[in-house]
Amino acid sequence: MIVSFTLILLAQLVGEVLARATALSVPGPVIGMALLLLFMVLRDHWSGIASRVLAAPLVDGTLERSGKGLLAHLSLMFIPAGAGIVGRLDVLEAHGLALACVVVVSTLATLTATALTFVAVKRWFAPGREP
Amino acid sequence: MTGDFALWVYLSRTPLLWLTVTLMVYAVADRIATATNRHPLANPVVVAIILMAGVLKLTGTPYATYFDGAQFVHFLLGPATVALAIPLYEYRATVIRSLAPMLAALLVGSVVALISAVTLGTAFGIPHDVIIALVPKSVTTGVAMGIAQNLGGDPTLAAVLVMLTGMTGGILVTPLMNLLRIQDMRARGFAAGLAAHGVGTARAFQVNEVAGAFAGIALGLNAFITAILAPLAVTFLR
Repeated sequence: MIVSFTLILLAQLVGEVLARATALSVPGPVIGMALLLLFMVLRDHWSGIASRVLAAPLVDGTLERSGKGLLAHLSLMFIPAGAGIVGRLDVLEAHGLALACVVVVSTLATLTATALTFVAVKRWFAPGREP
Repeated sequence: MTGDFALWVYLSRTPLLWLTVTLMVYAVADRIATATNRHPLANPVVVAIILMAGVLKLTGTPYATYFDGAQFVHFLLGPATVALAIPLYEYRATVIRSLAPMLAALLVGSVVALISAVTLGTAFGIPHDVIIALVPKSVTTGVAMGIAQNLGGDPTLAAVLVMLTGMTGGILVTPLMNLLRIQDMRARGFAAGLAAHGVGTARAFQVNEVAGAFAGIALGLNAFITAILAPLAVTFLR
């Protein structure tokens, strides 16, 4: 688990460095996500070399299990920031109700537009075939 | 100094207390979620945040003191975002097959998120500087704060609105998708991640692993495209 976590942190660290060095508007952890993806693609492409060179946890499925363990508790990680937000609801000031309406309606519109476009384009490309 | 008070002083100065309380609050919220069969209203993020804010209020704990302990949990958001690559890689065949619907949904979804924020904000008579903080509300917090700041908005307000959007999306996504009769977990997850960033992604992972994988991609791609499109959307304000 420690080796897996080291690789994940390393991907984030390199991602943060790249994000700052290139002034991209993509957050470091998202670049880290792409780097970890690249790592797994390369690892499985040269699986023979990878299994001899890399630490066992990175090739035997421990990395996958550790990462999924983290993702299973994604909800937990929003608590500290969220608790701070409750303390800053004062910034909504006089527009609280109007802002709440806009957030709800706009979120519903976004969810609907995204999902319907996905389904429509899927049918357009593969009519009659449902997954 | 009485014994009790000395204990409190000790506990309030180490991260142990608030780290433990954060984990306990999460355990309770997660237990409520499983007991209600993951009912959308029992969203663990929403329940846990309300409980945590209540505990802080009752004990009169300053947020800075709380965050000293909770920062260890907060820190894990970064590694968890990196770990989104794992389900993405696992379902790569499905992802590659869905490339066209994904990209179309990304473009339409992010444009609708931006335009609806601007037009509804204007319709509700919200001042322009507040609308600017509203524009990046579907994007993950760090990026949204950056976008709001670049456009001349208040990043703190942006962060509050991002969190409110996430909680709204996390609660509404399942009932809305059922209402629209969309059964495709790829479409449902992608919509959740695009509209409600990490909180929507957390919800998607609780429902289905494929939905979670697609939510993760949407979260990353939408951060990227919104950063490009938000300045254009704001020009509609003038």
